[in-house]
Amino acid sequence: MSDVSKQVGKQVGKQVVIAGAGMHPWGKWGRNFVEYGVHAARAALKDSGIAWSDVDFVVGGETVRNGYAGYVAGSTFASALGWNGARIATSYAACATGAQAIDAARMRILAGLSEVALVVGADTTPKGFLAPNAGERWDDPDWLRFRLLGMTNPAYFALYARRRMDLYGATSEDFAQVKVKNARHGLNNPYARFRKESSVEDVLASPVVSDPLHLLDICATSDGAAAVVLVSAEYARKHGLTDPVRVAAVSTVTPTFPNTVIDMPLLSTDSSAVTGLPERTFKEAIGQAAYEEAGIGPEDVDVAEVYDLSTALELDWIEDLQLCGRGEAEALLRAGDTTIGGRIPVNPSGGLACFGEAVPAQAIAQVCELTWQLRGQAEGRQVEGARVGITANQGLFGHGSSVILAR
Amino acid sequence: MTATPVIEGWFTTEAEPHLLASRCATCSNVVFPPVSTAAGAAAFFCRNPACDGDEYDAVELSRRGTVWSYTDAQYQPPAPYIAPTDPYEPFALAAVELPEGLVVLGQVAAGHGVDDLRVGAEVELVVETLNVDETGERTIYRWKPVTA
Repeated sequence: MSDVSKQVGKQVGKQVVIAGAGMHPWGKWGRNFVEYGVHAARAALKDSGIAWSDVDFVVGGETVRNGYAGYVAGSTFASALGWNGARIATSYAACATGAQAIDAARMRILAGLSEVALVVGADTTPKGFLAPNAGERWDDPDWLRFRLLGMTNPAYFALYARRRMDLYGATSEDFAQVKVKNARHGLNNPYARFRKESSVEDVLASPVVSDPLHLLDICATSDGAAAVVLVSAEYARKHGLTDPVRVAAVSTVTPTFPNTVIDMPLLSTDSSAVTGLPERTFKEAIGQAAYEEAGIGPEDVDVAEVYDLSTALELDWIEDLQLCGRGEAEALLRAGDTTIGGRIPVNPSGGLACFGEAVPAQAIAQVCELTWQLRGQAEGRQVEGARVGITANQGLFGHGSSVILAR
Repeated sequence: MTATPVIEGWFTTEAEPHLLASRCATCSNVVFPPVSTAAGAAAFFCRNPACDGDEYDAVELSRRGTVWSYTDAQYQPPAPYIAPTDPYEPFALAAVELPEGLVVLGQVAAGHGVDDLRVGAEVELVVETLNVDETGERTIYRWKPVTA
């Protein structure tokens, strides 16, 4: 494992390393997203030991539910921290927003144009189902899916879950076991919103939202913020940062035509009639691009943080990241392989099951957790000896991401 | 008061209705929903990356397909969904694989729930009332289980 980890991410001449990570606890705090973002940014800066005045690039993850300040998140956070003359950018890529923001920072550092970049994502979310913005938009699939079909986000998750049941024999108990595992993982995570054990009975007794998924199978929406400080390897060396966590890959690939798995918020897939079925599904391609960029394979991964918007979706991701074969994730789960202490722990942070989703912060939060895991600082949820970690998520409109970190 | 489709140009309304799609005049790639400039959509650009076609023919899709997956909405979806009944009554949804090589999402016909469905089962297209407004009934395509 250590031989591999020495190689990971070293094919790039220059390297980007994570100097600091910080978060604001997830919850339903009802305060301004800027407050959370500044909290996370200051925590990441403190963790890095680097002064705000030394940051030369700030990237904000855009939030679309908080007005103009959210649309120009990079500027909003830079202003709130006190203008320091840094360059700014704002990224939006739905659930992959944070990873795209990290990639923007990484690119500028790799190009030699920046040395210290601060990446911040924060959100304040409304209660209940995520609904489209107001107004009539007959050309917007995200509006049409509600108007014509009443198709909510959990209904999409439920389609994938039902397919696992009918094709691979997954059961509601399997899905509930994912919640049980993640609830246990998140118990000691100070940033998690839900820190309470769940039993299979609790999940099955919660109301069905979209068959076969129960309320406790589905992640909530949360307020929260996460930030990382990225620096060049050279800067890290000069400032005595020894053996830092390296960014080995950031994959933000789009689907390749034809995209044959129905994606939120669309009403249909591409047709495969002209070209035949694609070699990989979109979600498989997201992880594959990360492995190729890092020059490693799934067998080298020690820990994974994947987007469990629903319990069943965690099982899909385990297979999409090739951590087991198609249709085998339930067996992995049942054997305890994905639990901390098992062969390939998944979502040691507790995942979205314990956090709920704070869209522009979530992909950054995944990277924060892996940073702490690879440093051996994930108190109460540490994956022993972890040297290589992978994240995965997918959002609306062809967005998705996978980040590989190594130490 | 007459029954009119809630969205124009997506489906026909005869006794055996069809979904309408746009087929690229160059490579034959089919897309649903169809191009609808009336709804303010962009002009047609073929989605096949190997094709630069920008002309299309309106074609009908097969009426029958097989269930790719299915679910239901036990809670009332948020606006702009309009619940046809008060109190709200749950309805089922299905993603259906058509012979044209694409999967189309739709509500399931009234009176049918998840217990009537399974992955791989055959369904056919029907047109039913989605909601009623000041112009009368607004109709939508739905998937109805085919009973052997």
